[in-house]
Amino acid sequence: MRNGTPPKPVVFRRVNSMVSDKSKLGFYLLLSPLILWLVTLIILPHIGLFAVSMSEKVGVREYETGFGNYAVFFNEPLYWRTFARTAFMSILTTALTLVLGFPIAYYIAKLTRGRTKTTLFLMCLIPFWVSELVRTYGWMILLRETGVLSNFLLYIGAIDSPIEFLYNDAAILVGLVYTSILFMIVPLVTTLDSLDDSLIEAGYDLGGTGTSILREIVIPHAMPGIVSGCIVVFMLSLGNYLTPILLGGKDSLWFTGLIYTQFITRFNWELGSAFGFLLLGLSSAVVFIGLKLSRQSLSNTMGR
Amino acid sequence: MKLGIVSTTALIAAISATSVSAETLRLLTWGGYAPDDVIAMFEEETGHTVEVTTSNNEEMIAKLRATNGGGFDLAQPSQDRITSAQEEFGIYKPIDMDRVEAAQFIPSMLDATASNTTFDGEVFGLPHVWGTSGLVVNTAEAGDVVDYTDLCSDAYAGKVSYRLKRPTLIGFGFAMGLDPFAAYGDEAAYQDILAQVEETLTACKANVKTYWDGGDEIQNLLRSGEVVASMAWDTGGWQLNADNADITFVAPASGALGWIDTFVLPARGRADDAAYDWINFVMRPDVAAMITNTAGNFTASVGGDEGVDANLKARYQASFDQAAIDNIKWYPPVPAGLEMLEGATLDRINAAN
Repeated sequence: MRNGTPPKPVVFRRVNSMVSDKSKLGFYLLLSPLILWLVTLIILPHIGLFAVSMSEKVGVREYETGFGNYAVFFNEPLYWRTFARTAFMSILTTALTLVLGFPIAYYIAKLTRGRTKTTLFLMCLIPFWVSELVRTYGWMILLRETGVLSNFLLYIGAIDSPIEFLYNDAAILVGLVYTSILFMIVPLVTTLDSLDDSLIEAGYDLGGTGTSILREIVIPHAMPGIVSGCIVVFMLSLGNYLTPILLGGKDSLWFTGLIYTQFITRFNWELGSAFGFLLLGLSSAVVFIGLKLSRQSLSNTMGR
Repeated sequence: MKLGIVSTTALIAAISATSVSAETLRLLTWGGYAPDDVIAMFEEETGHTVEVTTSNNEEMIAKLRATNGGGFDLAQPSQDRITSAQEEFGIYKPIDMDRVEAAQFIPSMLDATASNTTFDGEVFGLPHVWGTSGLVVNTAEAGDVVDYTDLCSDAYAGKVSYRLKRPTLIGFGFAMGLDPFAAYGDEAAYQDILAQVEETLTACKANVKTYWDGGDEIQNLLRSGEVVASMAWDTGGWQLNADNADITFVAPASGALGWIDTFVLPARGRADDAAYDWINFVMRPDVAAMITNTAGNFTASVGGDEGVDANLKARYQASFDQAAIDNIKWYPPVPAGLEMLEGATLDRINAAN
């Protein structure tokens, strides 16, 4: 207008911007549940948790700001050892789940068709129709000294006196693998399904052996599924509370159990919050290292 | 039309009138303290409704702390855990004694609870259910277990269980000839006792099958015979005794540890009327007997033991003679901050190999 150009383009632009305003509105409306979820259920609680973890208790109703609670974690061997133990056991669980889950997923995805496939997939799902607590109690009935397994071994004469299978680390591993194997099988079946059978046939035609085809064709193709399954299983195991507490024995400490103790029995929310934050940070670090080692990116694995 | 308006108004008035007197009582209590038949009687008599949440001492305090004393109208923590929680978090409001029918309470227990739950000159707790923790023993297989320290005997390696909680520290302290309660006020002396108990419990760890967490867990362990002696609550022992005459509660030689669960009003409770109604209702001797029959523990109600099941009475009398009753060590109020010391000790025992 100022330099004498006709006002027409301005009008056009206004119409354009109205259209894009409308689509923007739709975009934000669609986005709002996600934003609401992220902000109210994830970001705000974590800010609160961080604020609590930064206050050190110095007396009755007296608090100071500082990193004291984090220092406690590193200065008290019990705490960081328990964390290392939890991380190590979770990694072991992940590896075991992968070793057990891969053949199952391969069988479901590649060797079965139609109704059998659906049935097998459903059978993997069925245990998850009952709550984790019930599943864990099921394992307790099987593994305890007067339980099914011990009595069976007595009956067939393999052992002379009852054996306690419960209350040790192996029992925890069994429980965790059982709890999380579905979350390994599902992504693996999806990625293996997308692998064209003709690629495997071509591998055989070119003189490949079973192992070399697995190594060169199947695993590289399934890598995103493997990594995303591993991340989910690792996180589920690390953050599990029920299974390690119920199946574990007097030496089987689990980091989430420590957090519960600090919050509930010690009334020490400050240290508990610091532990919560450390769990978040350190587990993210383990996942990051895992991604770097497997040369995968989060968008490549989770974005599928 | 006019009639319609009038009747609607009357209806609204009627609804609002009932809603003034009838309230919802949100009760935070222990399993067994609010049986269904008692709730039904109460609801019929007063028009209030009752919502029960079962919990334990630590969770009650944690729940009320999270809401600054809101979300519940009446809670039932043990008497020794009230003043420290009040001092630290301010989650309770004082009891108005004018609204309580004090004659229904056994006077000595009412007075003892009042003095133990007094903070800043105001009373916060009324006694309700009392009981003890001691030993639950399979007498056929472990008849010579008479005190906590006997749990560490080689004869029962791998067949004993206890909780890794503060009562265990205190019980072992008494069994070792120490007096933890006398040292409550003196942190250095208490720490000294804790150090000795820690040594014993660390050495005893190999004997323990597992540290139990819930009442059901220890009952299962004892019932299946996997555990023959344990530190546990008296009611658990009496319940097992009903199924297996060999298993029963034994008051330890050094004294059973006595607790009293109380009534307290959360600071931001909204239904005080219903709460006082509930207190006066459940302290009636007939109702108190109903609660004793389900919870297994006796109450502070005058005459409340008369209507109690004869079998339960017999079990109680078999476990406690007069000397054992006199020897009960009642928990004094826990000073704020003591839990920190105990927590560190429990952590070290847990971590020891």
